[in-house]
Amino acid sequence: MDHLLELDGLSVSYRTADGPLPAVRGVDLVVDAGEVVGIAGESGCGKSTLASTVLRLQPKDAVVEGEVLVAGRDVLTMGWGDLRALRWAEASIVFQGALHSLNPVRRIETQIAEPIQLHEPGLSTAEVTARVGELLEQVGIPAARSRVYPHQLSGGQRQRVMIAMALACRPQLIVADEPTTALDVMVQAQILDLISGLVKDLGVGMLIISHDLSVLSDVCDRVAVMYAGRVVECGSAEQVFRAPAHPYAKALAQAFPRVGDPAARYAPAGLAGDPPDPHAPPPGCTFEPRCTLAVDACREAEPPLLDIGGRQSACIRVGAA
Amino acid sequence: MTASDGVTPLLESSGLGVRFTTRTGKVAVALDDVDVEVRPGEILALVGESGSGKTTLARTLVGLQRPTSGEVLFDGRPLSYSSKSLRKLRSEVQMVLQDAVGSLNPKQTVYESVAEGIRLHKRVASDPAGRTEAELVAAALSEAGLRPPERLFLRYPHELSGGQMQRVLIAGALALRPRLLVADEPVSSLDASIRGEILALLLGLRESLGLGIIVVTHDLGLAWNIADRIAVMYLGRVVECGSTEEVLESPRHPYTRALLSVVPEIEQLTPVVLTGEVPDPTRIPSGCRFHPRCPAYADGTAGAAGIAEKCRTAPLPVVTAGGDHRVACHLAATPES
Repeated sequence: MDHLLELDGLSVSYRTADGPLPAVRGVDLVVDAGEVVGIAGESGCGKSTLASTVLRLQPKDAVVEGEVLVAGRDVLTMGWGDLRALRWAEASIVFQGALHSLNPVRRIETQIAEPIQLHEPGLSTAEVTARVGELLEQVGIPAARSRVYPHQLSGGQRQRVMIAMALACRPQLIVADEPTTALDVMVQAQILDLISGLVKDLGVGMLIISHDLSVLSDVCDRVAVMYAGRVVECGSAEQVFRAPAHPYAKALAQAFPRVGDPAARYAPAGLAGDPPDPHAPPPGCTFEPRCTLAVDACREAEPPLLDIGGRQSACIRVGAA
Repeated sequence: MTASDGVTPLLESSGLGVRFTTRTGKVAVALDDVDVEVRPGEILALVGESGSGKTTLARTLVGLQRPTSGEVLFDGRPLSYSSKSLRKLRSEVQMVLQDAVGSLNPKQTVYESVAEGIRLHKRVASDPAGRTEAELVAAALSEAGLRPPERLFLRYPHELSGGQMQRVLIAGALALRPRLLVADEPVSSLDASIRGEILALLLGLRESLGLGIIVVTHDLGLAWNIADRIAVMYLGRVVECGSTEEVLESPRHPYTRALLSVVPEIEQLTPVVLTGEVPDPTRIPSGCRFHPRCPAYADGTAGAAGIAEKCRTAPLPVVTAGGDHRVACHLAATPES
């Protein structure tokens, strides 16, 4: 059976005046129905580029190689008509920054109704209104509030509206780019609860992008950690967060201290240095310049992503141990 | 007013209140009788949800917002709001704003950004070591961890990473040799790996310069990382305060417990996800202001302790500043709760 989403050797680079700028380099990833998969990484690691490629929303100057299969069909090569039919109805995206993604001068009901009217032109106005009401209730907003404008809602409620829009045409796959960034802890917990509940009730598959590994560990089944355009670690959320193998995944996991952990008291864990310049990547492992465990061999070749005890990791030391 | 062990707090507030009149004539109570204090070299975290009043409190403490009641004392003396005394205060109390990207002027070089405060406060003339402006800028940048500083002088904000921008903002604050730094969500917009570096910098500054620091955050992990004491705020009031260990390891207020339980890393607690958000400050609930969202009130714990009526109607005493663990909750005040 086809996977809901399958990325196969996906590479994306941007054309710039200084030559091609690689953003995503050879990513393989699978999302199945009823599964939540997370992608963690810092700014510039390629995670948002990857998310936009799933619906072929990447900018015009991006050069994409490899395959993006949604329910077995390649999104990158399909015709415009098929692509339009696929967006919203088969796969939808919740963009980062609900405040800027919603139109400030249109009522939320109009904005949620828009994709429904486009994809199901046969529905009557009453049917569309009823569906919008259902969607709002589903994300925890009273249907009676459907006539408000975005500015009348709080940040958390706007994020709920974004999720309602993504669900509007009953897609099987939802991509969420930083769905809880800029939200408070309590509202974040509410949104994560909502997402988990929707995945369970509707059986959809979900790909969540976040810089916060602790958020992903809470809601995801599997997590992939990206660094400099590549997946460097991939495994169950538990494995990646509790017992990360790759030194970068370790640093990312430690950045979020456990309250009550004496080792973190007055000792914030950081990672010195910056990610490599994509125009001039280091010769071997891209993480080597920041890695405290680096040895000479790390500078020779980029380590492949290897299977190690039910997870994958791209570090020569992990393979050896 | 001095703390229990006789140390004069660097900055303290007593009965601090801020009310705004909205366009419709309703009165929003943003801060309601807040007592907090920070001692020299101490790191205090103000935590709470959006709308809890933590940013308003920080702004009022540094004199950016005039209180409508109560007062702020710096070095034991009440703040005066004449422009001359505010200028003097600002050289001793500096604020590092949320959103480093938006706080730096995109048309100013790093040097100009940091030198602006030095010029405004005539720091070159008053420097005990007789250093030049460039030397003072360089010193501030190195203290903020930007070394070698000269390499950054002529850079513009768009040429910097997020972590570097945050450090430039901190350098601008340090250039005035303040005794207190107020940082509003210093790492919330930064990548995970940079987060620790900036927090380590704040800890280091306390160590090397003896700075007092107030950090405003909704991130309890951050508080655990660096804060000595925590004040938990809800709807304009401090509802629990004490040492970081006391508040985070044995929280007594149901609100603090709920906040802690939703931190993703804490799996031993059953998540208590509060419904809704902090209510409208023009309609503060009667009795305990948290009771409409309180899990202990909703699940009948308060009723079983025979205090449900109190939660609905009896106002709570103000949590006073000071050393030990204090909480404003009828349930926590009831024996054998």
